Amino acid sequence: MPQQPDLAASPPLSPQGRGEHGAPVLRLQNITKRFGSLTANNAISLDLAAGEIVALLGENGAGKTTLMNILFGHYVADEGSVEVFGKPLPPGDPRAALDAGVGMVHQHFTLAENMTVLENIALGTQPMWRARFDRVAARTRIRSLSSDFGLAVDPDAVVAALTVGERQRVEILKALYRNARILILDEPTAVLTPAESEALFKTLKLLVAQGLSVIFISHKMAEVMGVSDRVMVLRAGRVVGERRTSETTRAELAALMVGEEIAPPQIRDVPYGGQVLVLDGVSTAGRSSGASLDNASLTLKSGEIFGLAGVSGNGQAALSGLISGTETLRSGTIHLFGDEHRAWTTREALQLGIGRIPEDRHATGTIGDMSVAENLILESYRSPRFSRQGFLRRDAIKEFAREIIADYDVKCPSPDARVRLLSGGNMQKLILGRALDPKPKLIVANQPTRGLDVGAVAYVHRRLVEARDHGAAVLLISEDLEEILTLSDRVAVIFKGRISPSSKRGERSVRELGELMAGHGLEAAA
Amino acid sequence: MTEALEILFTASFWVAAIRIASPLIFATMGELICERAGVLNLGIEGIMTVGAFAGWFTVYSGGDLWTGVLVAALSGAAFGLLHGTLTVPLGLSQHVVGIGITLLATSLTYFTYRLALPEVTSPPKIEPFQPLPIPGLSKIPILGEALFSQTPLTYLAFLTVAIVAWVLYRTPLGLAVRAAGENPTAVEAQGISVSGIRIGAVMAGSALMAVGGAFLTMSAFNSFFFEMINGRGWICIALVVFGSWRPGKALLGAILFAAFDAYQVRLQQLTGGIVPYQIFLMMPYLLSILALVLVARRATYPKALMIPYQKGER
Amino acid sequence: MRLEPKPAPSLAETLLYPVGAIVATLVIASLLVLAAGASPFSVFALVARGAAGSQFAIVETLTRATPLIFTGLAVAVAFRARLWNIGAEAQLYAGAVITVVLGTGLLPLPSFLLIPLIAIAAMLAGALLLLGPAMLKTRFGVDEVVTTLLLNFVVILFVSMLLEGVLKDPTGLGWPQSQKLIAEARLPRIIQGKRLHYGFVLALVSAVVVWIIMKKTALGFEMRAVGHNPEAAFFAGIPVNRVLAKTALLSGGLAALAGFSEVAGLKGNLTLDLSPGYGYTGIVVAMLAMLNPLGVVAAAIFVAGIFVGADAMSRTAGVPSYIADVMVATALLTMVVAILLSRYRLRWA
Repeated sequence: MPQQPDLAASPPLSPQGRGEHGAPVLRLQNITKRFGSLTANNAISLDLAAGEIVALLGENGAGKTTLMNILFGHYVADEGSVEVFGKPLPPGDPRAALDAGVGMVHQHFTLAENMTVLENIALGTQPMWRARFDRVAARTRIRSLSSDFGLAVDPDAVVAALTVGERQRVEILKALYRNARILILDEPTAVLTPAESEALFKTLKLLVAQGLSVIFISHKMAEVMGVSDRVMVLRAGRVVGERRTSETTRAELAALMVGEEIAPPQIRDVPYGGQVLVLDGVSTAGRSSGASLDNASLTLKSGEIFGLAGVSGNGQAALSGLISGTETLRSGTIHLFGDEHRAWTTREALQLGIGRIPEDRHATGTIGDMSVAENLILESYRSPRFSRQGFLRRDAIKEFAREIIADYDVKCPSPDARVRLLSGGNMQKLILGRALDPKPKLIVANQPTRGLDVGAVAYVHRRLVEARDHGAAVLLISEDLEEILTLSDRVAVIFKGRISPSSKRGERSVRELGELMAGHGLEAAA
Repeated sequence: MTEALEILFTASFWVAAIRIASPLIFATMGELICERAGVLNLGIEGIMTVGAFAGWFTVYSGGDLWTGVLVAALSGAAFGLLHGTLTVPLGLSQHVVGIGITLLATSLTYFTYRLALPEVTSPPKIEPFQPLPIPGLSKIPILGEALFSQTPLTYLAFLTVAIVAWVLYRTPLGLAVRAAGENPTAVEAQGISVSGIRIGAVMAGSALMAVGGAFLTMSAFNSFFFEMINGRGWICIALVVFGSWRPGKALLGAILFAAFDAYQVRLQQLTGGIVPYQIFLMMPYLLSILALVLVARRATYPKALMIPYQKGER
Repeated sequence: MRLEPKPAPSLAETLLYPVGAIVATLVIASLLVLAAGASPFSVFALVARGAAGSQFAIVETLTRATPLIFTGLAVAVAFRARLWNIGAEAQLYAGAVITVVLGTGLLPLPSFLLIPLIAIAAMLAGALLLLGPAMLKTRFGVDEVVTTLLLNFVVILFVSMLLEGVLKDPTGLGWPQSQKLIAEARLPRIIQGKRLHYGFVLALVSAVVVWIIMKKTALGFEMRAVGHNPEAAFFAGIPVNRVLAKTALLSGGLAALAGFSEVAGLKGNLTLDLSPGYGYTGIVVAMLAMLNPLGVVAAAIFVAGIFVGADAMSRTAGVPSYIADVMVATALLTMVVAILLSRYRLRWA
């Protein structure tokens, strides 16, 4: 294995398991990939042995996904080579990796929802010009694979009807169906409940016991420690460390991954204020993706961060939509600052003093082809400050943009730069600036740190805590349980559109919350 | 009033309906293939014009009829390649490119026509496809006559529906086409090129559209006129939506539509000029709009329709 | 192959892209000219002379540009908000019909009252005609491309019905044409004895007004936001459907002015060949102008020049005048590619 002289803190390791005596099954050598001025991968080398689970640990933006995209031929590396079972892999050919026995389970599933499990799995495995698609053979093979590896799923079910856990099993089956000997999983637990994650880990152990090899991409320390044999840590496109899992600690990995110590936000206990938002038995009309709210109740007080945990698709979109003004009420009552409302429009939400941080900053939060300044006034262009008699006030808008850019540390060439050119973190700072500048009394933040790097995450957290300290009520919706537990004063769980009773921080264990996220005990409670 | 009803029970009416339906069937199948792969092809009107001219001109220049059909299909595929290249890897607006292809294909056809036939005032005629009654079957009253005393090109239209349905639902290729229109990442992840599938689908679909155009000059009529497609392409786009992107339903829609069209022509003769003839001529277009409005709410579009796809993007 | 966003080009660079598209178009057109057995250089020289080589040619080009400025503006406004109005042709005829209905003696008013009244009524007709498809889009999710296209056929048949019926000129020897407008309803000529009329001035004024709306007003801001990302616009509290309705009214009204100006300024009456596809050509004009209202004026004059020049050229060089239509369509396609290249960098893998 080639050395990283300046960075590798320990001598190179020989892979464990059977591979110890043979050549590695997968060998990446000196992979370098640049995008313009950004070096996404800088001379990365990696060896994988048969029967081994290697964790690729790194923050968002560390270069994990780029590396895998190179392996899969979606990108062509500027330098370096890939060898699978001793044979070089031609660059830029997605088919080559599959044919060589490398299978990938993507973070966002690559399934056609209107087709069956069988069709999804067998897609592209039979000669394209054959006059008839052989369903029988495919079904037999899927059945035997599911029973061999304990991956239960009905081959003839339509994917749209499957749960997230089942879909992931289909993804794994897709790889096994193609005789994959090397399986790469990209953030596989991001969408799973703790129990589903456990089941996944069992499957992985079963796979390596049969001689397969696994690369496990993650930024979650706990599962990396739990499941892997070896850990490679990536930071800013480089390998910054490589450890045997049994010989390292969480603290050491964390330090490697982050590079610098970032202080967690200081949460001090402030007394709650009055009730800001009270939902009582609320059901929604189903305009949002995922589950609708179903008889959900929630009380939000000023001066608190209310953390709502849950697996994606359980009604988070409906809840944040209802507060943001994009969802409509079917039944139940809403009280905001003591007044009863029957939902509100997006514009009314702003007038009522609600600050909104949407889940998808590209699709919903910003307009990529408009400028930073224009995006900043998107919610307030009608105020007399920015327009008069229907005419925009250019100078006032520019001045405001400069203020927010400075206050919220948005890195951009100028207020006139198109937002599309900003990094995810700077886009999120722009949205924060827009939402928090009017000093909203209620803030709904849906997945506010998803996909951000460590620095940006810390920044978002600090701003939310600040807003709380100034008396705002903050509803933090997140799939990241760690985030919920570090920030929230009170915690509840959403499952199938219902919201569990809340508990103070620290009252419930992670395990209890995990069970609630899987739906245990919630039906009875609600 | 009874006269108006009696029309429905004459063989000649249904023969006409099937004849009117034939070009629509070709073009609707063509558009359906494109849309199932995720590409809206608004070049249809122009591509039909090209096909109408190319097929007719081949025969006029001495080629035989089937060569004419082949040339029409190939010229359609060529415009499909242009459309696909601009909309798939380059991801340009399918609306703007489609309109551009229609304008380009139409004007190129007219240019070529004028260049090839500078002097003619009335368009020259060719010997078109003749009806080929299927022995036995064409003797079945009404239904048999309507379906089995048509030209070979009409039989080809029906055969095309069967082939398109088979390919889409029963072959590995069709699986890939449907997946490309639903979630292109699923196709990419299985090592199949999304661009390849989509461009191929647009080429194949465009070839069918061109054959639909050629039907007009080589089977329904026997010469080429300017503006002879007359909105049929746009109607086919409505028929695809009306048929919920399924070949069988789209076929039914095309026949229903053609029957209505054939009916209004006969009704027009019956009313004898009391109602302005333009009212009848408007019907097909209004009917298409109505059909769109009726099905729009419950239409389940291919999810990736009109969404460009970039490799490695998810 | 991948597309990577790149920073906005400078103004000079921005102008390079349309120029590049036009050069590409000329190269492709040269091939057709060669196929026709003529020399591209002499043909293009003839086109240029026919378009701008004399006072007559210039007046003719500007006259032809007038309806194209209106339809180009109509399309630019609509496409900016991503309302795909392909129905400018129909809206043009709607404006023309109203002009004929009100301008042939129904309202005995002096010019300074009658002309603005007719213009406003014509705009209303075009506006309402596009409002229908816009509402079908926002209410039922019906693609407006197909509905506006289909309505073009319906409206032209409707006009044909009127011209053979209630609007038929009794003294027209049986031709389907309307009566002539009364003198008070006609737009005066800019230069006595030349065809260029005050419709051209109205077109220039409209371009400036539309530019101000798009660039300086809250409505223009809303339209751009809705066009670039309707979901984000809706989330930010912009009433997307209402903005689309306003866009439809503005766009339809502008297209209808083309019909008004052609009838009241140039033809004096309504016939079925009033527009040789000005509505469709407006799409090309708008795209060549990269949807910039002031650019529309330049693009319309350029496109009109090609048509006028090609007409003149085909009389002498024997290359079919349809070469102009081919060039215009090619320009549309090369232009969308050029716009793409101005915003994205192409990278191979």
